[in-house]
Amino acid sequence: MVSMEFILITGRTIEQGKFKEHAKTTEKYKGNVAICEMHADDMYRLGVKDGDNVKVTTELGSVVVKVRKSKRIRTPGMVFIPFGPWVNSILPSETEGSGMPHLKGFKVKIEPTSEPVPDIKDLLLKTYGVKK
Amino acid sequence: MQVLSGVLCPFCGCCCDDIEVVIKDNTIIDVRNACALGASKFMGYSVHRNTKPLIRKNGELVETTLDEAIRRCAEILAEASYPLLYGWSNTSCEATKVGLELAEEVGGVIDNTTTVCHGPAILAIQDVGIPSCTLGQIRHRADLVIYWGCNPWCAHPRHLERYTSLSEGRFQRAAWKRYLSRLILESARKRRYRAAGRVIKGGAAALPAEEEKRWMLPPPEERKLVVVDVQRTRTADLADIFIRVEPGGDYDVLQALRALIRDEELDVDSVAGVPVEKLEELADIMVNCRFGILFFGLGLTMSVGKSRNVEAAIKLTRDLNMYTKFLIMPMRGHFNVTGANIVSTWQTGYPYAVDFSHGYPRYNPGETSAIDILSRGDADAALVVASDPVSSFPRRAVEHLVKIPFAVIDPCLTPTALMADVVIPSAFVGIEAEGTAYRMDHVPLPLKKVVEPPEGILSDEEILRRILREVRRIKGKSQARKN
Ligand code: SF4
Repeated sequence: MVSMEFILITGRTIEQGKFKEHAKTTEKYKGNVAICEMHADDMYRLGVKDGDNVKVTTELGSVVVKVRKSKRIRTPGMVFIPFGPWVNSILPSETEGSGMPHLKGFKVKIEPTSEPVPDIKDLLLKTYGVKK
Repeated sequence: MQVLSGVLCPFCGCCCDDIEVVIKDNTIIDVRNACALGASKFMGYSVHRNTKPLIRKNGELVETTLDEAIRRCAEILAEASYPLLYGWSNTSCEATKVGLELAEEVGGVIDNTTTVCHGPAILAIQDVGIPSCTLGQIRHRADLVIYWGCNPWCAHPRHLERYTSLSEGRFQRAAWKRYLSRLILESARKRRYRAAGRVIKGGAAALPAEEEKRWMLPPPEERKLVVVDVQRTRTADLADIFIRVEPGGDYDVLQALRALIRDEELDVDSVAGVPVEKLEELADIMVNCRFGILFFGLGLTMSVGKSRNVEAAIKLTRDLNMYTKFLIMPMRGHFNVTGANIVSTWQTGYPYAVDFSHGYPRYNPGETSAIDILSRGDADAALVVASDPVSSFPRRAVEHLVKIPFAVIDPCLTPTALMADVVIPSAFVGIEAEGTAYRMDHVPLPLKKVVEPPEGILSDEEILRRILREVRRIKGKSQARKN
């Protein structure tokens, strides 16, 4: 299976903002946050369609999200994932003494997958285990 | 039916205070003037809320009484040797004040969400200062508005309309019409582009990206809008000039601009993907404006360079003041994150990441900031107020947080609350509780109470007061035992 390297940018979207103030356990929040916006060229090369699942991997781990064709990203090689628990579960926490982790513009590996996008509860369970 | 006007929107740092709320039988049935984000909060706040205090027993969150939850929370804090008190930017200044008292009492660290958004900006401001002003000044006078690494269209939807390009100022006209006609042209162009893409092999992707060539400058006397970002955001679609910087290239571009406004030659063709001619043109516009403002967002503070990026931006502003009036302002996210900084500074001398473990306030972001404390595994208990670190912190920090005992005070059952040991529901400040909030330009505004909270639900401030009282009681007891 192909896997490609990308530069990941995280950020806010209006949809993410709208649903984050309600409960984050809703399907709507998941549908707007557990996504990865990608350039059409990259989707072609990776062999994925709008709405397919992809696995995004960093050295910390991987998470499955849905691909969405981006109307915004003009340069292939760049992907965008809105702020949220999905992307945060694979972000590094080194702050280099600044108190601030590095959250924009770092390398990730992306590959198509048939695994489902986890619900928030499953995601928490899988990443952080059961609270005793 | 009752209409309340002049309500402050408790969502983003714009703190719009012209919201009208229509109330019937203690329920909000309509909001006017708010943007999609604000409206969704006013209309939907009660849908998924939590009204029951919960406590973890045998691995499950079970219902309990408020007194029991407060007692357990106080125990967790009083027994810990290095607790972390985190959140604060989504609550009132009054609650933050009690939080600071509590942090001092338990000898813990109190940090607000600044640490993961504009922390680097604050570090830069402490290094080089900041020439800033209120948003009202900008509305009336700014003839050049620059958004750098931020996307107000999505994160602060009414910022343009209330304070900058789309607002009607006393000395500056709104640029509505110009943008409207541009949007129409642009969408027609996109339609043509897509249609062409259907007949050409390889689709629209095979066509050259022609829109980047577009330079439409308004007449000199009109307000200009410039957007600098790594991707073409919705805000960029409105801009007179859009400059795309390669990810991580902001520092280079800012320094190049500083050189250009000092009339120095650059002996390269492009800086971080931006052609030098484009930068020269931007430098010209900056020097020739009468009142310029640079708003910057997380694009500067979260990318490589962090506080150095902001420092370069402030220095650029400083340099520009040799020629004209130029100001700079961070685009603060949560509605009261500025308030959290201000209250913390006024009480302890430091805006965030304040450590009371030595008995006096200490401040060293990178050491005493939430992410570092958690990733190092130092904190042995936590209290989270009106925030959701499980969703917003990177993995290693969360891994430690969920291991230690911690309590959450929040109106909603957030992912953080789902992992907590104690969950105390609170009233929505700005909707069900009053308070004070600071707008992003440091103007304090009153938060209104528009409806009554559900029975038995207290405000963050009151809950924190009770926890503080309980902590003092526990500590007094153990002190008496020692004597
Ligand atoms: S811009 Fe911000 S403060 Fe104003 S209505 Fe929208 S969310 Fe509320």
